[in-house]
Amino acid sequence: MSPTMSLTLKVWRQANPTSAGEFRTYKVHSISPDQSFLEMLDVLNEQLIINGEEPVAFDHDCREGICGMCSLMINGQAHGPERKTTTCQLHMRKFKDGDTIVIEPWRAKPFPVLRDLVVDRSAFDRIMTKGGYVTVNTGNAPDGNAILIPKENADKAFEAATCIGCGACVAACKNASAMLFVSAKVSQLALLPQGQPERTQRVQGMVAQMDSEGFGGCTNTNECEAACPVGISVENIARLNREYIRATVVGLT
Amino acid sequence: MMTAASPLLNGRCPTGPVADRWQKCKDELKLVSPNNKRKFEIIVVGTGLAGASAAASLSELGYNVKAFCFQDSPRRAHSIAAQGGINAAKNYQNDNDSVNRLFADTIKGGDFRSRESNVHRLAELSVNIIDQCVAQGVPFAREYGGLLSNRTFGGSLVSRTFYARGQTGQQLLLGAYSALMRQQHVGRLKVFPRREMLDVVVIDGVARGIVVRNLVTGQLETYAADAVLMCTGGYGTLYYLSTLAKGSNVTAAWRAYKRGALFANPCYTQIHPTCIPVHGEYQSKLTLMSESLRNDGRVWVPQKAGDTRSPDQIPDADRDYYLERRYPTYGNMVARDVASRAAKERCDAGFGVGAGGQSVYLDFSEAIRRDGEAAIRARYGNLFDMYQKITDENPYKNPMRIYPAVHYTMGGLWVDYHLQSTIPGLFVLGEANFSDHGANRLGASALMQGLADGYFIAPYTVSNHLATRKLEKVTTDHPEFERCLAETRSRTYKLLNINGKRTVDSFHRELGKLMWDYCGMSRSDKGLRSVIQKIRGLREEFWRNVRVPGSGNELNQNLEQAGRVADFLEFGELLALDALTRAESCGGHFREESQTKDNDTLRDDANFCHVAAWQYTADDRDPVRHIEPLEFNDVPLIQRSYK
Repeated sequence: MSPTMSLTLKVWRQANPTSAGEFRTYKVHSISPDQSFLEMLDVLNEQLIINGEEPVAFDHDCREGICGMCSLMINGQAHGPERKTTTCQLHMRKFKDGDTIVIEPWRAKPFPVLRDLVVDRSAFDRIMTKGGYVTVNTGNAPDGNAILIPKENADKAFEAATCIGCGACVAACKNASAMLFVSAKVSQLALLPQGQPERTQRVQGMVAQMDSEGFGGCTNTNECEAACPVGISVENIARLNREYIRATVVGLT
Repeated sequence: MMTAASPLLNGRCPTGPVADRWQKCKDELKLVSPNNKRKFEIIVVGTGLAGASAAASLSELGYNVKAFCFQDSPRRAHSIAAQGGINAAKNYQNDNDSVNRLFADTIKGGDFRSRESNVHRLAELSVNIIDQCVAQGVPFAREYGGLLSNRTFGGSLVSRTFYARGQTGQQLLLGAYSALMRQQHVGRLKVFPRREMLDVVVIDGVARGIVVRNLVTGQLETYAADAVLMCTGGYGTLYYLSTLAKGSNVTAAWRAYKRGALFANPCYTQIHPTCIPVHGEYQSKLTLMSESLRNDGRVWVPQKAGDTRSPDQIPDADRDYYLERRYPTYGNMVARDVASRAAKERCDAGFGVGAGGQSVYLDFSEAIRRDGEAAIRARYGNLFDMYQKITDENPYKNPMRIYPAVHYTMGGLWVDYHLQSTIPGLFVLGEANFSDHGANRLGASALMQGLADGYFIAPYTVSNHLATRKLEKVTTDHPEFERCLAETRSRTYKLLNINGKRTVDSFHRELGKLMWDYCGMSRSDKGLRSVIQKIRGLREEFWRNVRVPGSGNELNQNLEQAGRVADFLEFGELLALDALTRAESCGGHFREESQTKDNDTLRDDANFCHVAAWQYTADDRDPVRHIEPLEFNDVPLIQRSYK
């Protein structure tokens, strides 16, 4: 049995979207290194409830790194210190006994705080409604093997398609840019034959919605890629830019 | 015990040759004219594979659809966590697969406790699902020639599983989600995220709406419709520790049960053989390691009980590859329930490995030697990474340690062939219904069923409901909405005002442990009788001693959880009662009193070849058990064998 840890947590508390928030400091003890970060927060919440205080609200669901619901800035890093890892898959063995950990929500204007560490990411869904799909009604499909896709393109499309929509890229970016998120979907469909007919409208629609939601521009700092828990590459942003320029030119003719 | 077919359970299965039944049913279904479709409102609760595909497809047909989910986005429903793949009888690998074989494998895998008509339809539709998903841009694995790739899953001798690395569910769900987003853009569909369904409103015997809690503001909201589709998933989090999402729950299904929908076969739970073992008291969930790993991994324990050598120091001669030994034909690819029980049997007999001896090895060393580490990484990279993150052990160097965990529930709300529950107008799709997997689901079949229900069945059968039933216009001003709203409000008030000493989570953990100990992989008459009493005691304590902080007029995650656990405390008793009444073993339901000399399940077809569906009567009265007999004409009713 590995030794347990005591930690000091500075947690952002905010009652609702309009109230002012503040950091509050809590202590937790007997934390096992094999516990996940969210399981550590579970311990804090059990302690708060027993003491008659309000537990800390945070988003989570699958707790296996795939649903994209968990978030958290941990010591200023989106999803914490471990590369390519969501907060739910971050384990306490990455911390030391006696550490102080600062826990904040995603900070970005298009992601307003709803309560404590919970933010509203519905802007991402609104971007998807503007072209993050192939127009094909149920029943329209040809045989799966009638569409040949070179393995290399299929693999690249898959890599882009693994985006979990968590918003870490936005939270990590000094401009709160959503370019990595948008580029992942645009790339997936631009690389596949199924995506070709709507290639132009897709990139224009999604980028326009991204801008109107208030996400900032990309200044090639690559913080997004560093923070991405599934390793979406900034190559996709380059592809998004090419797709956008192409669409602009095509749109002119 | 009632042994005659219940008049409440008219399955509406067509007659005639099994292969023609779905076509026959479709031919008889009534249509709604294109002009009239826009006059109908449809509510879909849950946005996993079944819900998202149904909502999008119904909206494409021209209906007005409202889709609800408790997550912050429909893309996060727990279908997203399905890993290994989706079955389809395409026979792309030329290994003599067919619709008939997928049908027979699924009936057999379910240990002869599912409906032949439904399962055949599922096998037929499997081929359309792959086509639909490819057309949406789902990036399935492909060969160098550009064609789709396949792998093998448990309970089958052919290669019919389509996959997208170890995250097939994610890619399929994002495909269905994209169709949903497209319909939102078109304007006939609206998504309501962060809403939890707390009641179904039944007017003149027909489902006409729902009550939901807005999880951001705490406000209760009501919505009226001409049909309600529940696609709310399974109830595995009853066991606290499971591979399900933390938010997964039985509440929507339980509310429908209390309004008159019968609940079928709740005791059919699936304990998946390959999960990361439990490693601490604080643990909040278990993580699956896909069954596809059994294609290349070999399961073993030491020959000698208590052998503490590290696995690489144990030579082949001192290892017991017990699945290969006991089931030479299927080997490591036996059905899930069989593999799980075998692991439990070895661990209980003292051969388990790891701390507490509660795990077995899943060893890739031979596959890595044969195909190289790069090939194994390409097949399972994300699963190996996940294993390493959780356990801090490198599975490329040491064998994985695995143990069974609660993963899926085959039971659910009873539905007829149209997927309609015993409440007209209330349809139940995907894992939330009971229909296709019998007493055990085969791997890569959950995705298939969710999408078959949503893309290809509900759009036809829901249209028939709208075309044939005279539906008076109903608004949320109707007194029945007011009554359901008042009941929900008073229940919330009650939860918030107990102000006891124990947290919701502590009750949930205790309930989960009871269920696992008495109603998990092994069940007995004596244990089930005692657990029913224990659950009643715990429920009584909950309503006296739980502490739910905060108010009902705000984002209050503890209140959400309290409502779910309160329902589990009732539902757990029904599950145990169902397990007690079904005094036979079948699939995932293993009764110690009913086993073969090799510890395999022993069915009692003379007394239990039926679906058991429970009818709610009152909180202080026992539910009534109804039966729907099962007939097997196309797959002979035999003792299942994977030897």
